[in-house]
Amino acid sequence: MSAGPQALSLSFIRRETVPAAPPPVLVSGPLAWARANLFSGPGNTLLTLLALAILALAVPPLARFLVIDAVFTGANRDACRPDVVGHPVGACWAFVAQKINYFVYGSYPIEERWRANVFFGLAAVGIGWLLWLDAPRRGLGALYVFVIFPLAGYALLAGVPALGLAKVPTALWGGMLVTLVVSLVGIVASLPLGILLALGRRSQLPLVRLVCVIFIEFWRGVPLITVLFMANVMLPLFLPGDVTVDRLMRPLVGIALFSAAYMAEIVRGGLQAIPRGQTEGAASLGLSYWQSMRLVVLPQALRIVIPGIVNSFIALFKDTTLVSIVGIFDFIRTIESARVDPNWAAPTVVTTGYAFAALFYFVFCFGMSRYALYVERRLAAGQRR
Amino acid sequence: MTASNLPETDPELAPADTSAARLAEAPVAVTLERVNKWYGAFHVLRDVDLTVRRGERIVICGPSGSGKSTLIRCINRLEEHQAGRINVDGIELTNDLKRIDEIRREVGMVFQHFNLFPHLTVLENCTLAPIWVKKMPKAEAEAVAMRYLTRVKIPNQAHKYPGQLSGGQQQRVAIARSLCMSPKIMLFDEPTSALDPEMVKEVLDTMVGLADEGMTMLVVTHEMGFARQVADRVIFMDEGQIVEVNTPDAFFRAPRHERTKLFLSQILH
Repeated sequence: MSAGPQALSLSFIRRETVPAAPPPVLVSGPLAWARANLFSGPGNTLLTLLALAILALAVPPLARFLVIDAVFTGANRDACRPDVVGHPVGACWAFVAQKINYFVYGSYPIEERWRANVFFGLAAVGIGWLLWLDAPRRGLGALYVFVIFPLAGYALLAGVPALGLAKVPTALWGGMLVTLVVSLVGIVASLPLGILLALGRRSQLPLVRLVCVIFIEFWRGVPLITVLFMANVMLPLFLPGDVTVDRLMRPLVGIALFSAAYMAEIVRGGLQAIPRGQTEGAASLGLSYWQSMRLVVLPQALRIVIPGIVNSFIALFKDTTLVSIVGIFDFIRTIESARVDPNWAAPTVVTTGYAFAALFYFVFCFGMSRYALYVERRLAAGQRR
Repeated sequence: MTASNLPETDPELAPADTSAARLAEAPVAVTLERVNKWYGAFHVLRDVDLTVRRGERIVICGPSGSGKSTLIRCINRLEEHQAGRINVDGIELTNDLKRIDEIRREVGMVFQHFNLFPHLTVLENCTLAPIWVKKMPKAEAEAVAMRYLTRVKIPNQAHKYPGQLSGGQQQRVAIARSLCMSPKIMLFDEPTSALDPEMVKEVLDTMVGLADEGMTMLVVTHEMGFARQVADRVIFMDEGQIVEVNTPDAFFRAPRHERTKLFLSQILH
């Protein structure tokens, strides 16, 4: 059918179609995978061996410290002293077990701690509702997380005497409770505020644009630690003598505004990626500015910047540790104060405390990161372009 | 160049000279009076005067940069004109946002690059505006959308996303999406320019069908076959001005302006 090299032909007509055939069979299985991914060349092989060597060096001592030699039960420092127990002692988990209530609630009054537990429960319900993509009534869920939960949570923790809930001053709040409150407030406030700022920065109205640019650039130009010090030390100087703002509230607002400025720039990046045709299409159908933003532009823009948003949430979650510097008893601060307890003066107590803190932060941050990956993959599958 | 895309001509279709009689009594749909627009110092629209009657089909052509897209985009205020008056269906176009919204509800638009919403299904694309702008109940909006999707011959794609459709199908969805708002006037901004050659005909067929039903249409296009078959008037623009207006028959047979002759000689080989 095809012309040979000697017979030059300028014309050709197909008489039979070529049927679609399966691709050539490739070697598969774990061995083939390892060869392709771990030992594909001398450089790659070297890296694989190097990684294995590092693991071999790091894993056994870590396992010995965290699990094998660790002490899990005990009432005081004697349980974790090698000279008393007569063998080398790894992590002193007994210390964490004994102090766990302090790590979770700080100095929150013991008889009122059920309120913190209810708060954790409400938070879990809200987060689960919002994060579960197929959950029923997700609009109601958003209302719950952004409006009902903050109000109910505050009333619950701070107390409403009229409802029989005794007042608990924020000075007594502490531990993971404060860390979660600060991060949740930062996250819940920074996303909507950041979206508004991003839209404002792209506004046609010069005044709105100017205000948003100044706000964003101010907060981005100041270190968080400065913001916290200013909130704690300088703010009272500017306010009239009889006005006091709660000492937990001050850094809370500072963190929320600080992260809103970063969020605004992330969201703006997403807005810029949406072609102008989208707003024009929406406008030509008669949708108003807010409708076209809410229904057309933002759903696409936010989807693009999910990695950036989550990155910002993770950074915010870890940055909440800075509030310990201005005298808030967050989780890190409770570990700091527990580790100097003379009842628990043992060689590995300090390391154990920090290891526990690292574990706590890692679980939350890794969880956020994995969830974001899952969302990205699901949205990509739902909307193949 | 475009003859192959021409839908089969219906011999029953009224020839151009009777359209003058048909349109003589029709009410005015759009008027433009001495409309001027500048991009910075660049004068894009210069003293444009135009009256479009209800049911009239106008094709606007001209070289790129001649202002034809800008002209129709001024009619639904995607672009702002700086001097002159535009009146759409009795509503004077001013900076008043309420009037702009009113006009946009009357005027549908189809874009060169479809501008479908990629995060919504075809059906959701069609129901979005009826639900949010017209406050139509969802079930009713979906019924309306399915009717128009059936009309553009893609009801079975309703639950797919735009990115899963061919260019021609996407453009037909865009037409259906506009029709769901029951506009009185339809603007087409080079609706077939971004399409593969094989898909031009299906879109033009849809537009011919729309014209047959008496829709008022302003179409910016280089599909001269379409202009010949459907248009009541062909407008030729150059350098922001209307250079020549005529019935398609006279326009193609005997162009009068030198610029028109040059343009036609370049596009009709």
